[in-house]
Amino acid sequence: MRRWWLTIAIAIAVAGCAPVAALANDWGMGDSNSRIPPSSVFDSVSTPAHEINTLAFFVVSITTVIFLIVAGLLTYSIVRFRARPGDDGREPPQVYGSNPIEFAWTTVPVIIVLVLILITARTIYTVQAPARPPGALSVHVIAHQWWWEFRYPGLGIVTANELHVPLSDLQSPTPTFLDLESADVAHSFWVPRLAGKTDVIPNKKNSMWIDPHVAGTYLGQCGEYCGTEHAMMLLRVIVEPRADFDRWVAAEQQPPALDASVGHGRRVFESTACVNCHTIRGTAADGRFGPDLTHLMTRETIGAGVAMNTRDHLKVWVSDPRVMKPGALMPAMNLGDKDLDDLVAYLATLR
Amino acid sequence: MAAASSVIPATAARWRETLPRRGHVGILSLILTESAFFSIFVVAYIFYLGKSLTGPFPKDVLSPPILNTVCLLSSSTTIVFAIRALRANSIRTFAIWWFITFALGLEFLTGTGLEWHRLIYHDGLTIRTNLFGSTYYSLVGLHALHVTIGLLLILLVLILTMCGYMNDRHIERTDVLSWYWHFVDAVWVVVFLTVYVIGR
Amino acid sequence: MAGSIDHEIALGAVDERQSLPILGHIHEWVVTVDHKRLGIMYIAGGLFFFLVAGLQAATIRLQLAVPDTGIVPPQVFNRLLTMHGTAMVFLVGMPILTGFFNYLVPLMIGARDLAFPRLNAFGFWLWFFGALLLYFSYIGGDGLYGAGSAPDVGWFAYAPLTELPFSRGNSTDYWILSILLTSVGSTATAINIIATAFCLRCEGMTLNKMPVLVWLAIVVAFMMLVALPPLSAAQAMLLLDRFLGAHFFDTQAGGSAILWQHFFWIFGHPEVYILVIPAFAFASEIIPVFSRKVIFGYSVMVAASCAIAFISLSVWAHHMFAVGMTPAGNSFFAASTMLVGVPTGIKIFNWLGTIWGGKLRFKVPMLFNLAFLFQFLVAGLTGIMLAVAPFDWQLTDTYFVVAHFHYVLIGAIVFMIFAAIYYWFPKATGRMLSETLGKWHFWLFLIGFHLTFDTMHFAGLRGMPRRIYTYQPGRGLETLNLIESIGALVQGIAVLVFVINVLCSLRAGKAAGNDPWDAWTLEWSTTSPPPEYNFAEPPVVRSRRPLWDLKHPEDPDWKYE
Repeated sequence: MRRWWLTIAIAIAVAGCAPVAALANDWGMGDSNSRIPPSSVFDSVSTPAHEINTLAFFVVSITTVIFLIVAGLLTYSIVRFRARPGDDGREPPQVYGSNPIEFAWTTVPVIIVLVLILITARTIYTVQAPARPPGALSVHVIAHQWWWEFRYPGLGIVTANELHVPLSDLQSPTPTFLDLESADVAHSFWVPRLAGKTDVIPNKKNSMWIDPHVAGTYLGQCGEYCGTEHAMMLLRVIVEPRADFDRWVAAEQQPPALDASVGHGRRVFESTACVNCHTIRGTAADGRFGPDLTHLMTRETIGAGVAMNTRDHLKVWVSDPRVMKPGALMPAMNLGDKDLDDLVAYLATLR
Repeated sequence: MAAASSVIPATAARWRETLPRRGHVGILSLILTESAFFSIFVVAYIFYLGKSLTGPFPKDVLSPPILNTVCLLSSSTTIVFAIRALRANSIRTFAIWWFITFALGLEFLTGTGLEWHRLIYHDGLTIRTNLFGSTYYSLVGLHALHVTIGLLLILLVLILTMCGYMNDRHIERTDVLSWYWHFVDAVWVVVFLTVYVIGR
Repeated sequence: MAGSIDHEIALGAVDERQSLPILGHIHEWVVTVDHKRLGIMYIAGGLFFFLVAGLQAATIRLQLAVPDTGIVPPQVFNRLLTMHGTAMVFLVGMPILTGFFNYLVPLMIGARDLAFPRLNAFGFWLWFFGALLLYFSYIGGDGLYGAGSAPDVGWFAYAPLTELPFSRGNSTDYWILSILLTSVGSTATAINIIATAFCLRCEGMTLNKMPVLVWLAIVVAFMMLVALPPLSAAQAMLLLDRFLGAHFFDTQAGGSAILWQHFFWIFGHPEVYILVIPAFAFASEIIPVFSRKVIFGYSVMVAASCAIAFISLSVWAHHMFAVGMTPAGNSFFAASTMLVGVPTGIKIFNWLGTIWGGKLRFKVPMLFNLAFLFQFLVAGLTGIMLAVAPFDWQLTDTYFVVAHFHYVLIGAIVFMIFAAIYYWFPKATGRMLSETLGKWHFWLFLIGFHLTFDTMHFAGLRGMPRRIYTYQPGRGLETLNLIESIGALVQGIAVLVFVINVLCSLRAGKAAGNDPWDAWTLEWSTTSPPPEYNFAEPPVVRSRRPLWDLKHPEDPDWKYE
């Protein structure tokens, strides 16, 4: 009998080791993520998230009070009305019901619900229906399996996975409006500290807005199951003071500088299938299926947040993306070592 | 059921009389669930009206099937006459009205088939052509499937009648079948209005 | 009462059955139309898939215990989460709960069987083959394109992910076809329950004198009739898209992905009430018996359940708050969702009213039932939080929602399934389950459940979306997920204890007798297990608790009702 339990305990211990033993490479993301505060819903820095938090605080308070009252009554009744050991076995008085009590505990919840409905509706309209001020920054977000495309139509910029927006001021806000479209299946744009999530659905135009008033980097990810690599469709929002943002815009608007020393790498890029999927402004590459690589090196991460953007990681990614992101739609490029090195050297100049 | 009451006590038999018949409750439940099923196809049809990206469009190719409709709705009347005859145990009258019901239903199916033939080969509308094609064939087709099932059951009863097996003891089950048939006709009213009136 | 006369006859019949060879035994069960046997088959089948889907959940939790593990690749993980969800709803929840209604409704109304016994058997076997078909996808799912195996589109299979370009092979088709089959089975059961409850009640049992469980069975049956067709219709449309080139959800041809969501949730939300109302039904039978008091507010309980059923048909888009509906649309569904909380709360208060002033006996069924009360309260309150649409914009599709619905599915429904099994197992088998093992089962399961699902709320609030095969370190999610996984392990051990309890008690459990719990509804008046014909003479009743009247002739219920 004792040996039986021992066998089970050992089996559980062994099974428990499996997750640890199977730990894969985190491609430097653990470090990077640790330097960013967790994406807690309650840690809001933008008006939509603030509004939601105010409402949430109210609702959670009400539900907590309800819980304490009802659970308290339940606990009391379980303790008070338990059958005692020396009990005479007679049945307690049978109470069939009470109309006044039923009325009371119907009316009170109805009133609570009415209050909740009213304040909920108010927040819905505040967040969903603001007018778009003229001159507000508009970003066109196109969700793909499994990466984010960001186009700034007014500014002529196209980038991917990392969204730069200007810092807004609490007194005179400068919101950024996001127009959401999908190139394939349903996705959802979610950066918890900035706003609630809004689904990105093919054949439907949705929009949302943010006005972050604290500079920094905010982590988000796709919030609607969209296939194999839904888990790794991450995104970062980089909020910068106006001056920094303008500088970023200016840099993005330039085509990348041509560096003769990586000429061979550039030729590898332009002569293989890369050009079918990727765009690099100023070159022959104008594919739209994959992210725009014009200013690849200004991004912190690659693969929609699956790895830090370093030469080594780029090499792994280009050689076979499925090492980092098993379901990725980008095929392994099967380049020879020299071609691979040169190509990555070329990519490293795209800033 | 009549035989059973000689075995159970009189009070229980009296009590049993006050309860509804299981066949009718069953068929009403089936009608409820089938109505929910049809509603979804109707909703899809109405939702997609005007949303097809390419033609052909409803007003180009649809013409109200008046004859089919008249036949199908009349068959509801003839089946009522048939049931009345069966209740009175006039099997010959029952057989005549039952046969007419079958014939009218068959006309409806044939007419629908001819309409589909024209739509597919002449107008080039199939289920994959556009949204209109998808919603039209699925809705009308679902109804036609229910008509087919009804007709098969009616045919079965017809054959049993021809072979001399039907009598007034089968009134309850036959009545249940007639309720199904009435449901199928009622659905056609909805489908007709949706497709040929609202949708054009 | 009729029970004692049947006793010897029943015993004799049992002896004869035991002398048949094993094949004869199996044959009896395969051809049976007896509602009791079919009920047991539904429950046994459901418990089998509970273990299978539970192992799938255990694998999921193993993978998520630590960030960036590679225990299973994403493709396998996505199949696990789809199969876990689909199986738990259609192959565990539905069959077990309808299995109980199958077993209990005729007994509780003094009938011999359901209204349509052969339809009952037909429904069961359809369910069974549908269940096999779903899991057969693991072997047979390789379609023409080599992609396939089990479905991996999530249990609600949103379009256009399920359309041909994004779901190659036949895995999605297995999802569609198996559920179409099981749904026909459920519809058959629903028709049967309604016809039985309306047409086969014993003498004196007006609708107003039926046990609460039977009322709620009727409510659930009506909901199934109305809510299952939208899913079947949507699935038929998806099948037409995938096989005949229709464009129902083909966004490239102007089709709407949102339409799928509407159709699915018009089914999906009533479905969760279809799953939870049977739990309410069990609670309404078990709490009175173990509090030694009549149910408080019988009419209100019935009315509230009808209200829940009705309102629940109008709340579906609270699953879609983030899709971009208009503010008016969002407000309407937020309002209706909060409104459905009112009759639900009333039921909790009425159970509290039943306990109040009673003499509580803490047998295992009651332990599970008491935990249900607290847990369902919490689940309802997190539901209110989710009903507040703006808050839902943060919480939807995160582990907060996963925590909420597991609180309902496990904390309320599974706990009540266990309560019901401990309560009615003696009636069905003639043997008691072990109280000691039952208490171990209860406490281990309670601890494991809370470890996992209390913690899970916070993972969602910290930004962890659902249906992800892994998460990166440094997001503040590691500790939470590890605790959740440990809790899953504890729950697994508890279920193991339960399985041992059932197997040992089937062989050597204490003899139960007709009425081990001193209860008051008709099923306790016949033998344990009941003879095939249930009652030698059809009972005659005068009140809602016929056995109370017999046991307390000086103070019968019909004086007060």
